[in-house]
Amino acid sequence: MSREILDARRLLCPLPVIRTQDKVKKMLPGQQLEVVCTDPGVMQDIPAWCRINGHQVLETITNEGEYIVVLQVGE
Amino acid sequence: MNKQRKAVALISGGLDSMLATKVIMEQGVHVEGINFFTGFCVEGHTHAIKKKDKAKPKRNNSLWVAEQLGVKLHIVDVIEEYKDVLINPKHGYGANLNPCLDCKIFMVNKAKQWIEENDFDFIITGEVMGQRPMSQRKETMPVVAKESGADERLLRPLCAKNLPATLPEREGWVNRDELYDFSGRSRKPQMALAEKYGFVDYAQPAGGCCFLTDESYSKKLVDLWQARGNKEYELDDVMLLKVGRHIRPQPHFKMIIAREEGEGRFLQGYKKDFISMNCISHSGPLTLLDGQLSEQDLQLAAQITARYGQGRDAEQVEVNIHLPDGTEKQISVKPLKASEIPQEWFV
Ligand code: SF4
Repeated sequence: MSREILDARRLLCPLPVIRTQDKVKKMLPGQQLEVVCTDPGVMQDIPAWCRINGHQVLETITNEGEYIVVLQVGE
Repeated sequence: MNKQRKAVALISGGLDSMLATKVIMEQGVHVEGINFFTGFCVEGHTHAIKKKDKAKPKRNNSLWVAEQLGVKLHIVDVIEEYKDVLINPKHGYGANLNPCLDCKIFMVNKAKQWIEENDFDFIITGEVMGQRPMSQRKETMPVVAKESGADERLLRPLCAKNLPATLPEREGWVNRDELYDFSGRSRKPQMALAEKYGFVDYAQPAGGCCFLTDESYSKKLVDLWQARGNKEYELDDVMLLKVGRHIRPQPHFKMIIAREEGEGRFLQGYKKDFISMNCISHSGPLTLLDGQLSEQDLQLAAQITARYGQGRDAEQVEVNIHLPDGTEKQISVKPLKASEIPQEWFV
């Protein structure tokens, strides 16, 4: 399964959500995206954005000041 | 069968746009939301900065509203384009640096471009006549419609009955009888409608939807513009104005002093862009220095920084100065007393 990585470090919400949205627009259903952030707000905002827009959050990871959301692009 | 009509709603995260959207969804129209990020929005980032807000993670209200309503939300980064709106507002500013009328025109115009690109039929806003002194007056309602170019495709469901019928009403895409005639500053009709739809826990922004309505924020922005001699700004400037205590001891330099741990952590991220300093003999805040500083200026800045640390009453405090290139040096200073920092220095 192809997985892309988006570096959204140092960006504050809602910018990581905007960058995720713009990236997902260019991806295909089923593809996975790993968004790496430093703003803890993304742990709420990206999953909310995914629920609204029909994408699936596969995993959220907190790791030494970094917050990672892995999602799968929906139909 | 009639074609299902599609509308885009300007969703700010507040109650009014939430209600306006719901009113039109109830009429069988397909609605999606759009939200513009200018860099000044109260949403989002401030909660990421302040530690004290951490206990209660703040949600993004526009995402929350979209989820409650079950609509898609498109968030658009307009940071660059918005600069011109803020720097040269044709209709001027409100009580502070808020160019509300130009801002509304700008956003409705962006929404108009969006509906054209996405084959939608009309635009909805949560505007209520007479609600806000600048952008939501009876006289300004047609100005927004006209200058944005949205004209008849701009529908305000909450006060539509006070205005001439728009295209969606005349074409029967929506039923005018089921729209509203709210006006004035009272929030009661909105609260009643919220209750009818079962909306609870919605956000009630006080002054407006952005930092530009805030007096102390606006003062800091004016100070920045004055010090630079022009009105240009970058997103980082806008962010830094939201954080810390701002002190300008000399026209050519400003200090940004963290007020708590969360702010300190946030300012750490800027150590590669600014000279920074912190006390090392005692605990104390991180300070960023914006401007060109002489040795004498650094001395003064260190004395002020020391004033905000645990060593404020000590005879001498060691202060570490960190340059953007990573080099460091230490100086020893006597902290200024609170009374030695003139009030005019505080931005
Ligand atoms: S409060 Fe800010 S975002 Fe809202 S209309 Fe005024 S300038 Fe625009």
